[in-house]
Amino acid sequence: MIRTTSLRFTYQNTKTNTFYFPDIDLSFEQNALILGPSGVGKTTLLHLMAGLLIPKKGNVFIGNTCVHQLTRNQLNNFRGKHIGIIFQRTYFIKSLTLLENLRIREKLSKKTTDPNRRRQLLEQLELTEVRNKKVHELSEGQRQRLSIALGVIHKPKVILADEPTSNLDDKNCEKVISLLKKEAQICKSNLVIITHDQRVKLHFNKHIIL
Amino acid sequence: MNTLLSILLLTLSILLATFVLQISKQLNHHLEKNSKPFDMVIGAKGSPLQLVLSAILHIDNPTGNISLDEALRISKNPMIKEAILVSYGDNYRGYRILGTSDEYVRKYGATLKEGKLNTKNFEAVFGAEVAKKLNLNIGSSFVSSHGLIQNEIEAHDEKPFVMTGILAPTGTVVDQLIITNLESIWKVHEHENEHIEYKKHKEEHKEITALLLNFRNPIGALQLSRSINKDSSLQAALPKFEIDRLLKFLGIGFQAINGIAMAILLVAGLSIFISLIKTVRERKHELALLRTYGATNFQLLKLVFLEALFLSLIGFVLGWFWGRVSILLFSNLASDTYKYHLEISSPNMQEFLILIIVIFMTILAVIFASYSLFKLNISKILADA
Repeated sequence: MIRTTSLRFTYQNTKTNTFYFPDIDLSFEQNALILGPSGVGKTTLLHLMAGLLIPKKGNVFIGNTCVHQLTRNQLNNFRGKHIGIIFQRTYFIKSLTLLENLRIREKLSKKTTDPNRRRQLLEQLELTEVRNKKVHELSEGQRQRLSIALGVIHKPKVILADEPTSNLDDKNCEKVISLLKKEAQICKSNLVIITHDQRVKLHFNKHIIL
Repeated sequence: MNTLLSILLLTLSILLATFVLQISKQLNHHLEKNSKPFDMVIGAKGSPLQLVLSAILHIDNPTGNISLDEALRISKNPMIKEAILVSYGDNYRGYRILGTSDEYVRKYGATLKEGKLNTKNFEAVFGAEVAKKLNLNIGSSFVSSHGLIQNEIEAHDEKPFVMTGILAPTGTVVDQLIITNLESIWKVHEHENEHIEYKKHKEEHKEITALLLNFRNPIGALQLSRSINKDSSLQAALPKFEIDRLLKFLGIGFQAINGIAMAILLVAGLSIFISLIKTVRERKHELALLRTYGATNFQLLKLVFLEALFLSLIGFVLGWFWGRVSILLFSNLASDTYKYHLEISSPNMQEFLILIIVIFMTILAVIFASYSLFKLNISKILADA
């Protein structure tokens, strides 16, 4: 469950106006798309929900937790445990292998690690074969899938995806969306995707337009 | 590149620091050990330091000769516990031949390793290092040459010596000497006197180079040194005092090199700091990513610290290693020139202290660099696609 209340945000040192975000209220296992043209603050909203940015006003509730009332360290902990983020660009620890990247994600979430979960996830994302490769040796598609794995390995309450399909062709776009939906279902979490990709629209009922 | 430079600078400074420490420590030890057996040297007038360097450490030329009679007269002084006569001025292939009594060898705690001690004239025992370098066998004979520097022209061909024994290593000057009795030294030079008309009086005009003394109490030494320096044609020098003076002169040089080492260490610290800032900048994506994974600032700091510590330790170990290699190289050079070699020793307390300084410096560098780490704008870094 994720809920936002009258979120407002202003970037410092810029002349852009304050962003006013519509309230979002997703019930258990409900997914949503956040749509809108560039520059309207889609990524900003996502980062506010992830606790990476602090709102000028308003708040974000995940489960029973009021995200922006947590202390800095509590927020770090909470984010590690309950939020999974899939970035538009794929970021990894370059010097580590695929598996090591996953393990460090698990370790930092401070949840008990489950080897079965890791194995199943790798299987579903077709990454088992390349799990011991360094990330720079992976193909673009494998990297995309790894970044999904990193977003969901720790069974977060909320999965936030930032333009996950923008660089993909139709076939891979379908694949990624269905994987995300499936993982959200397995993790019993809310999936929030921001996108301006028309292809994604058909897969979700709830659209939030900025 | 930057990382390599930091390690290099650190290595260089540790190399210099440990090298200077080792040299000064071993030199101190060497000088102390060799000058310890004797309270006083009496020789011809000149520089007291020269007298000590030549008669005790055997690295300088003698100040001149003194008459045997006078030396014997002085040694009868009741305040003197023991007196050892030494006479030198010849060499064999660059190694000094010292005419003295068995007492001398005993004072340095040298024991016989092979063969027997010299009992008759023209018999000689070899110090451990000389025997090793010259590779002579017991029983073989050799011809000394005049002066303290190797030369073939002024060889005393007609008076060959026989090697009768080899001494066990002592780590003192004895290792570098060829020891015979006083008579042999006189006899070698007899023919020189023959040209002079004193031949029949030669007994009365025998000379030695120096007199090495030990006293019953320190006051005796002071009294005798005062009276000798004031009222006679001889000079008395106190080895301990002269060595302390020498070390004080050398100390300035050591301090200068230590200062340079510290300056380089400081630059190395600065370079570690710069390389850390660069690391944070270059890997801001990874560090930001770890933050989204739930890593705290402290955990990231630990990561950066471990990396810096790794660099420092590599630099320290390399510096220490090359410091010892330099000692080895320097030792080879020194043993040719000064007949003295340095030891390769295991790490000591002072070096451990340097390690602590290096670690402390690393911590300081990390603390300074942590500002740029805490300032990372995660949202901005990860949104800038």
